[in-house]
Amino acid sequence: MNAPANALPDPFRDGIAGGWNVIDASTLTVDTTYEADVAIVGTGAGGGTAAEILSAAGLRVILLEEGPLRTSRDFKMREAVAYPDLYQESAARRTADKAIGILQGRCVGGGTTVNWTSSFRTPPATLRYWQEAFGLTGFSVDALSPYFARMEERLSIAPWEVAPNANNAALARGAAKLGIEAAVIRRNVKGCWNIGYCGLGCPTNAKQSMLVTTIAGALGRGATLVSRVRAKAFAFEGDRVARLECVAMDARGVYPTSRRITIRARAYVAAGGAIGSPALLLRSRTPDPHGLVGKRTFLHPTVVSVARMPERVDAFAGAPQVIYSDHFLDQAPPGGPIGYKLEAPPVHPVLGAITLPNHGPVHAEWMRELPRLQVVIALLRDGFNAESPGGSVALRDDGQPVLDYPLTPYLFEGMRRAFVSMAQIQFAAGATRVMPIQANGAAFTNVADAQRAIAGFALSPRITPVVSAHVMGGCPLGEDPRRAVVDVTGRHHQLGNLYVLDGSLFPTSIGANPQLSIYGIVAKLADGLAASLANPRRV
Amino acid sequence: MITRRTFLVTGVAGAAALTGAWWLRHRLLERPGAPSTEPWSGFDPEAKTIVAAIVPVMLDGALPNPPSDRAAAVDETVDGVGLAIAGLAPAAQDELAQLFALLAFAPARIALAQVTAPWRDASPATINAFLDSWRDSRWQLQRSAYDALNDLILAAWYGNERSWPAIGYPGPPRLTG
Repeated sequence: MNAPANALPDPFRDGIAGGWNVIDASTLTVDTTYEADVAIVGTGAGGGTAAEILSAAGLRVILLEEGPLRTSRDFKMREAVAYPDLYQESAARRTADKAIGILQGRCVGGGTTVNWTSSFRTPPATLRYWQEAFGLTGFSVDALSPYFARMEERLSIAPWEVAPNANNAALARGAAKLGIEAAVIRRNVKGCWNIGYCGLGCPTNAKQSMLVTTIAGALGRGATLVSRVRAKAFAFEGDRVARLECVAMDARGVYPTSRRITIRARAYVAAGGAIGSPALLLRSRTPDPHGLVGKRTFLHPTVVSVARMPERVDAFAGAPQVIYSDHFLDQAPPGGPIGYKLEAPPVHPVLGAITLPNHGPVHAEWMRELPRLQVVIALLRDGFNAESPGGSVALRDDGQPVLDYPLTPYLFEGMRRAFVSMAQIQFAAGATRVMPIQANGAAFTNVADAQRAIAGFALSPRITPVVSAHVMGGCPLGEDPRRAVVDVTGRHHQLGNLYVLDGSLFPTSIGANPQLSIYGIVAKLADGLAASLANPRRV
Repeated sequence: MITRRTFLVTGVAGAAALTGAWWLRHRLLERPGAPSTEPWSGFDPEAKTIVAAIVPVMLDGALPNPPSDRAAAVDETVDGVGLAIAGLAPAAQDELAQLFALLAFAPARIALAQVTAPWRDASPATINAFLDSWRDSRWQLQRSAYDALNDLILAAWYGNERSWPAIGYPGPPRLTG
């Protein structure tokens, strides 16, 4: 079996052929300086959205990306290729005690190039909590609604009208049998082929990622994109950023080369995600009088339940995550015991293999069931309770970030409830066996046994595998400099021309897949930044 | 019979041996403590031997049966692990280099992994007992070492299309535009 040839159109490559300013820093042979109106560090949901808005306002934009530039023709739907190439730390990023695996994009388009396309507006309960608990004004449902509408139109976000794949249909069926409300997820796709490989880069350009929408748009307006470049630190003059010092990365993105890159701009935007942006601020020693940078980092800690169905499910095929249930979020409003959102992820061989516990014949037996496996995940809404303070980003000796995120009894209590909910739904959907993913690999054939066993599970770090695909917080926005790193315009409280425009702005987790929250909130803030840069006296 | 007391004593002795072996190995190799900035030479022959010994046990029940297919599958999985490590962040590469250095150090192999014979001669049952004990270890370090080996080997095998027929995965669809 050879890699399928992909002879489909690749508009991004056409753009490069047509003269877009695109530079692969790993190929640079001399130290280089670039000048722009705005330098944006990171090309994911935040950086991409900001780039298009700022370049549309006539500003010269330079985008910096640590990962590689890959486009649709490079996307071969192979896990062995995609994980090392397109993800942070080869998709093996983990928290400091290695208890939580973190899936995060690292390529042009960031997480949006490899995410599963789930699109939710920021839930009203989350926005209300930000107002009540953090005094955040200007981010109400009404205030944000036009920005969400604008980005939904830009990214073709609409409910998934095609029948769900069997993996998602089982979630809907099980929930319905139990009287639990479930609904269809909205997706950012245009002409989707329903093949199910969103997580490995969309080979048909149907996914409306930053790569094919806003970044392409910004490049068309003259923006510059530099890939394989690592932002090391800002240098300051008084209370302003004077320049950004960067290093080029090698072709695999593992080690820096000896080439230095200097960026000079009127304004600088940190958009490297909720681990990368705090790390850049920490490396730069930006003023942080209240010790807030990199604190309160949230993950939507996620636990997994695997079911064996009597029929084929083929959870590797068809659009992933098209059905969700917020029943257990609505039942547990912010402030009390933790709530969780239920979704049904894609199940490809590598993702399945590293999720299933154990090794040897026991593991092999479950792998042989791959086509009959149905998987539900529970994403916990962290950050809404004093017992859920999140994690903190620190720097290793080599300057690279590591997230310390203690798993607390408060979180484990929610995970225990989530395991029961998932098993109930999977049995109601017809499962013959359910395995709540634990190191012991115990599986059950009925609800009562599962429930009894789950009640006795010794939930603890590394015994209970926990994953995250959503990193949020660490540079929260707010009016009060004692509680927020940036003000309500996204500008750093102590530095005049430094902005944060990505998921690190959030004071808590979102309680939903965060891409649309980032798009909408960054669109609002980028409008403001564009207006202030149009007036030379302001910045 | 193992009492709680002997268990604790063994545990403490184990931790001491772990630290001692680690330190010795560092001294012997003059490996710096901070993540290196130079490309890791990758798989040294010792590390490769260890992984080659573990792969058939980790993937017992998953590898193809005909001996030649099986040997090729093991070789490709070992190479895949090497390739994956070379693409990891320097800090992770360094941790794995330390793990392999530790496991290659005979006193540590015997004391911590209970593998008395050299890796290439160790029986599958011995290696399986080592994997089980590190998986269930009280020591976080051993549990994370097990997880790292498990993830690397499973990802290398199931990312390889040779593994797909046995698990009913048809591979990605062909795209024609």
